[in-house]
Amino acid sequence: MHKRSNEPFLWLLFSAGGVVSAMLLPIHLLLFGLAFPLGWLDGPGYEKLLDIVRHPVTRVYLFVLCSLPLFHWAHRFRFTLYDGLQIKHLNELINILCYGGAVLGTVLAAYLLWSIP
Amino acid sequence: MTNPTEYLPKSYHVRLSTYWWLTRWPYLKFILREGSAVFVAWAVIVTLLQIHALTLGPADYAEFQNWLRNPLVLALNLVSLLFIIFHAVTWFNLAPKAMAVRLHGKRLPNLAIAAPNYVAWAVVSAAVAWILLRG
Repeated sequence: MHKRSNEPFLWLLFSAGGVVSAMLLPIHLLLFGLAFPLGWLDGPGYEKLLDIVRHPVTRVYLFVLCSLPLFHWAHRFRFTLYDGLQIKHLNELINILCYGGAVLGTVLAAYLLWSIP
Repeated sequence: MTNPTEYLPKSYHVRLSTYWWLTRWPYLKFILREGSAVFVAWAVIVTLLQIHALTLGPADYAEFQNWLRNPLVLALNLVSLLFIIFHAVTWFNLAPKAMAVRLHGKRLPNLAIAAPNYVAWAVVSAAVAWILLRG
């Protein structure tokens, strides 16, 4: 079982990630995932988008947008496996994979955003 | 307070079916809501791929845009959007349950607490759209 003392901190990340996912992901996915590829709207071109993403505020914004929702996912996914499939004996492994994945994604996001030319 | 399960024999274990969440609509709704997190993760992965393609250059970014036009990716993004909206609505509607605000001794109606979430959602979405779509 996970250490009890970690739980409030992980729950805080879950909760913050839930807010970020709810507020920001729908519009991002609607525009970049559907509206631009399907030609409903004209998206920003390469140069313009790079200009937006280069801005330090955008980098911080995108870091938050990528990191916190991953911790939200980790929390929900591990409890869904725990309650839904009742695979308690794999709990340790599931926790490592879920939070490990969230940490990996966070590091990757930081690296990618840092290395934008 | 005494725990009622204290008086049950130690050997008493109810084995729940693995598919317990298929038996009632509220249970299924719960699992679908929790399952929305998988699509949240997918949306983050797409964003990370996009930033990566953007960093590599115009040719790689064009290739990424082509990948987004793949019918399978479009379908997955549509399903993801529906699940994430489901997450958003359930998340915002939880706010009145999580905090009971009282004004002059009376509890504020649920709508009064949930509504600001929806206003903020609309404002933030409009701001993101404006930044991406202007001139």
